[in-house]
Amino acid sequence: MIAKIMAGDRESFHELIRPYERSVYLMALSLLRNEAEAEDAAQEAFIKAYRNLGRFRAESRFSTWLIAIVLNEARGRLRNKRPALTDSIDDTTEGSVTPAQLTDWREIPSESLERQEIRSLIRTALDALPLPYREVFVLREIEERNVKETAETLGITIASVKMRLHRARMMLQKQLAPQLISAEPKRRRRFPWF
Amino acid sequence: MVLNCRHVWDYISGYLDDTLDSETRASVEEHLAHCEICSAVLDSTRNILILTADDRVFELPIGFSERLHARLTEAMLETPPPEPEPSG
Repeated sequence: MIAKIMAGDRESFHELIRPYERSVYLMALSLLRNEAEAEDAAQEAFIKAYRNLGRFRAESRFSTWLIAIVLNEARGRLRNKRPALTDSIDDTTEGSVTPAQLTDWREIPSESLERQEIRSLIRTALDALPLPYREVFVLREIEERNVKETAETLGITIASVKMRLHRARMMLQKQLAPQLISAEPKRRRRFPWF
Repeated sequence: MVLNCRHVWDYISGYLDDTLDSETRASVEEHLAHCEICSAVLDSTRNILILTADDRVFELPIGFSERLHARLTEAMLETPPPEPEPSG
């Protein structure tokens, strides 16, 4: 399909990108944390992808290439707004995240996501992650990239990906576990008279 | 190898991703078998990862696709078709 586009069939580009619209938008949103700006950044990324299609090399996945473009776009916008936000972090320093210690954890079923309140809690917790952790978390857990692809996309080592992902997971557990337990009504006992 | 709770927390991601060596994994499992708190940390982390990856958490704005393709069409009209990058 890329060859067709390169030969002048512009319409094929619309079809080529359809499966990736959501991924590209989510990547922009996870960095920019603003829907309107994320939409604009995603559009800009697709336009850049079209203009630079000749630079795409078949040895990498098209989706990985697109994600790298939108990541650059979103990072550029962040740098223009608040340069300090994109500062790197030190992955080598010790410092474990202490998780929330609960003894009454009960599973929160996926159906709970039908509730706006639960979705909002999760989005807020993700937004609160420091940027370097958020980037890794979104690529690994939401975009389902493997460790190597995540490292290449972000230009960091595999060890850093693992460290950041672990810390991001623990930070989310620490914030979300108590909130989800409080927000999720206790299931009724089947035999309330016991 | 006997692990305390802090060690186990450091291994939670490795345990979930199944990247621990067999000896460490066995030690973590031994700890989890009798530690209610660490079992809850593991279960809640696993549960939270499933929830965050669910498509319902983040939804595309209504009309996103239409607006994207309209803007792309405009941009394509202003730009000549992409050309292959000369190799070498």
